[in-house]
Amino acid sequence: MERVAVIGVGQTKYEKGKKQNFSEMVYEVTTKALKDAEITTREIDNIVSVSSDFWDGRTISCMAIQDAAGAFGKDTSTVEGDGTFGALYGMMRILSGSFGVTLVVAHHKGSESSMSGITNTAFDPLVERKLGIDAISSAALQARRYMTATGVTERQCALVSVKNHGNAMRNPLAQLPMEITVEDVMNSEVLASPLKKLDCSPVTDGACALVLAAEREAKKLSTNKKRVWLMGVGHCSDAYRLGDRDLADTRALEEASESAYEMAGVGPEEIDLAEVYDAFSYMELMWLEGLGLCEEGMSGEYMERGYFNMGGEIPINPSGGRLSSNPVQVAGLSEMAECVLQLRGKAGKRQVKGAKIALAHGINGMCGQSHCVFILGR
Amino acid sequence: MGTRVGIIGVGQTHHASKRLDCSGVELIAEAVTRALDDAELSIDDIDAFIIGNMDHFENINYVDMWATDGLGSFMKPVLKVTTGGTTGTTVAASAFYHVASGLFDVVMGVGWEKNSESDTQAAITTCSNPILERDAFAGAIGPLASEYSMYMKTYGATEEDAAIVAARDRNNALLNPYAHNRMKVTVQDVMNSPMLSYPIKLLDMCPRSDGSCAVIFASERAAKKLCPRPAWVHASVVRQDYTHFGDLEWEYMPTLERASAEAYKIAGITKPFREIDVAELYLPSSVTGVKWMDSLWLCERGGAPKLIRSGATHLDGEFPVNPSGGVIATNPIGATALIRVGEAAWQIMGRAVGRQIPNAKKALATGFGGCSWSSVMILGADLP
Amino acid sequence: MPFGTGENSSIEKQSEVRELGDWKDEVEEIVFPGKISVPYSWTVGSTLSKWYAQIRDDAEIWANKCAECGMVFVPPKIKCINCYRDMNEWVKLPGTGTVETFTVVSYYEPKIHPRKPPFVYAVIKMDGADTGLVHFIGGVKPEKVKVGMRVEPVFEKERQGNILDIRHFRPIA
Repeated sequence: MERVAVIGVGQTKYEKGKKQNFSEMVYEVTTKALKDAEITTREIDNIVSVSSDFWDGRTISCMAIQDAAGAFGKDTSTVEGDGTFGALYGMMRILSGSFGVTLVVAHHKGSESSMSGITNTAFDPLVERKLGIDAISSAALQARRYMTATGVTERQCALVSVKNHGNAMRNPLAQLPMEITVEDVMNSEVLASPLKKLDCSPVTDGACALVLAAEREAKKLSTNKKRVWLMGVGHCSDAYRLGDRDLADTRALEEASESAYEMAGVGPEEIDLAEVYDAFSYMELMWLEGLGLCEEGMSGEYMERGYFNMGGEIPINPSGGRLSSNPVQVAGLSEMAECVLQLRGKAGKRQVKGAKIALAHGINGMCGQSHCVFILGR
Repeated sequence: MGTRVGIIGVGQTHHASKRLDCSGVELIAEAVTRALDDAELSIDDIDAFIIGNMDHFENINYVDMWATDGLGSFMKPVLKVTTGGTTGTTVAASAFYHVASGLFDVVMGVGWEKNSESDTQAAITTCSNPILERDAFAGAIGPLASEYSMYMKTYGATEEDAAIVAARDRNNALLNPYAHNRMKVTVQDVMNSPMLSYPIKLLDMCPRSDGSCAVIFASERAAKKLCPRPAWVHASVVRQDYTHFGDLEWEYMPTLERASAEAYKIAGITKPFREIDVAELYLPSSVTGVKWMDSLWLCERGGAPKLIRSGATHLDGEFPVNPSGGVIATNPIGATALIRVGEAAWQIMGRAVGRQIPNAKKALATGFGGCSWSSVMILGADLP
Repeated sequence: MPFGTGENSSIEKQSEVRELGDWKDEVEEIVFPGKISVPYSWTVGSTLSKWYAQIRDDAEIWANKCAECGMVFVPPKIKCINCYRDMNEWVKLPGTGTVETFTVVSYYEPKIHPRKPPFVYAVIKMDGADTGLVHFIGGVKPEKVKVGMRVEPVFEKERQGNILDIRHFRPIA
């Protein structure tokens, strides 16, 4: 099978209340990604945008940003969901042999919409929606279930928040770089027990673009220093209703990551760093187990031992993670951008030394119903 | 280079203005079940799913997640794509790339809409730029009407030309048991129907429907094993235009010109009018059934009125268009363009019962939507 | 045939990220408020219509069972998630269940929350079924709710055929 490389990345600063509109953000990251790849729109033969009509408050939300992405006269498509799914589709389009270079671009402005209202509409209007449940309250149900099933504690979850906000101190693009303690997290306002404010990700605006290229094009257009290969990918969805699942079970993630590992021909022990979906602190611990990066039920203890810290056995979320910046549709794509920077050795003060293989993980739906896992390598 | 891909099964619901007998998920299940039956497969044979619709028409966020029970996608890969009117062809293209990439063997694409659950025009109005255009120029009819009045002025096309197309498609729908609006109408009936937005009259315009369509795509290896006569995908092309209505070219249809030109090139077609046996075109209004003939390279620019008046696009003509009755008979928006692909596939597979074009070997399907962008898929009985 | 090609050069011409001009510091940024309000009516479908009718008319919670794998679902399914087959066997549940997980909600979103905080959501593993039901826990102080607690439904007196016909689940005395 032909290989696909990331040859360019572009990101905005992640922050709340950006003055730019959707297309201005997309223009910024498209231009940055093209510049990073040292190409022009002429080399881009197709575009996959990622947007959501709900978050954008607009039917056919992709219409808003097509000019800004340079889509005029091109073959385009739009994925709705996390950015990793957009990258997955962009990669497929190249593997099909139909295209050589794909621009994948995602945008999100959390500050212009109501998180609670929008995630409430992810629940079935015929059953759960009327209860008023949303992303935070459903995550709280999952958090307690996970803690009950594994014995992971709230303090161990708080350590995730401490670590990721701390990592964000070394990422100039992150929204919430903070030096905080476990006590700060534990004492922050309870939103929905056991989740406290500092267990939850912020409202964020931002955009991210990746330029993907077929092996032949990549070798023609870019140098070895810039190229990072998409070695493997997998995606899988669990059941819809929360009650149909054991919320502590990570079976869909296990399926997705097994596909990714198999395609990449590597095992979890070969991963040098990972960007793991951490919209809520407990999620990082739970997904680490689902990804096979930690034995089941052990991630809390490993966290205490500093295993996932910068300089630990396997640094998790060196970018600061979603806890530090969570542009929802963009989240997974920005994880991939971070992996690319790390693998190029260009992650500045947060560089994981000698990183050769990285993993990025995005989720879709409530309580991680669907997962997409990418393995990237030098 | 990717694997070749064939369509091996198609299923669609009986479309209606209100399907009060089923929920959205049940509507999806109906199409999925029929596609599985058509392909003689079980849900276990499907390796991945793609689903598309337009969010604000039902107010369901994360439809790919919500639809799990109807899709049968529990513990399977699912992807949601959405591009407005072209959503159906976007689903088809995505299913095609899933298989062509070599990552999946047998893939199902599903488009659906329950337009009866909301106020469609109120929802679609929000597709216009809220800062520049939403207050002044929105909804589907206005832009299409402006487009045709310009074409009439430039090329001498008439309201009757559009009425011929409307009568053609509406009468074809009588042959299609799945079609929503099935009525015998004459050109005069169309001309006499109430004016919506000059020059578009009620019977020139598509309805809004409840419906779903599912199409199964398979790799060359799987398709040959599973299906006696797959409809092979010869080309799949999308072309984008500018974002703002005010920037668009109104006299012809640039995206359809570009998309079809590229698709013909990929499929090795040099004389589309002669080489293509049947077309299922996304014509949101009969007026586009006149004007867009030019843009599909079927005649010279401005030659469409003559072509339509000649009867060549009727069921017994040289270039039959929309044997299914097309979009002005049936329009569950997220499914509409996928129905074009499904109907075109059935023509190739010889399964378009009652509306079959004899010995159809090459079929053209199109999608239209968003800000005037176009998608084109070409299917064939022979391997590409 | 003159095949058309689309060329866009706007980004090529502007391959540098433009420095913010001084005028941008001066400009008054305008924000348009907006709201999408579209009325919706969701067809419930026969499976859930039957389920809600039983809650409304008889204050009973039913489930359905897959004839192939035997899994019992509440709320009932249109198709078994494992076997993708139609579900025609109905089972009456006792209504009781066990709290599998819960949360005490402290924040208030008046547009979506049907009651004021603090209130409790739980996933209740229903007796006689293989799945859980998401609902409120009431009739008990939020801080007293525990995982593993046995609960039963409290129905509203006036019932309309929706999920709020069950007011909440309360601890079994």
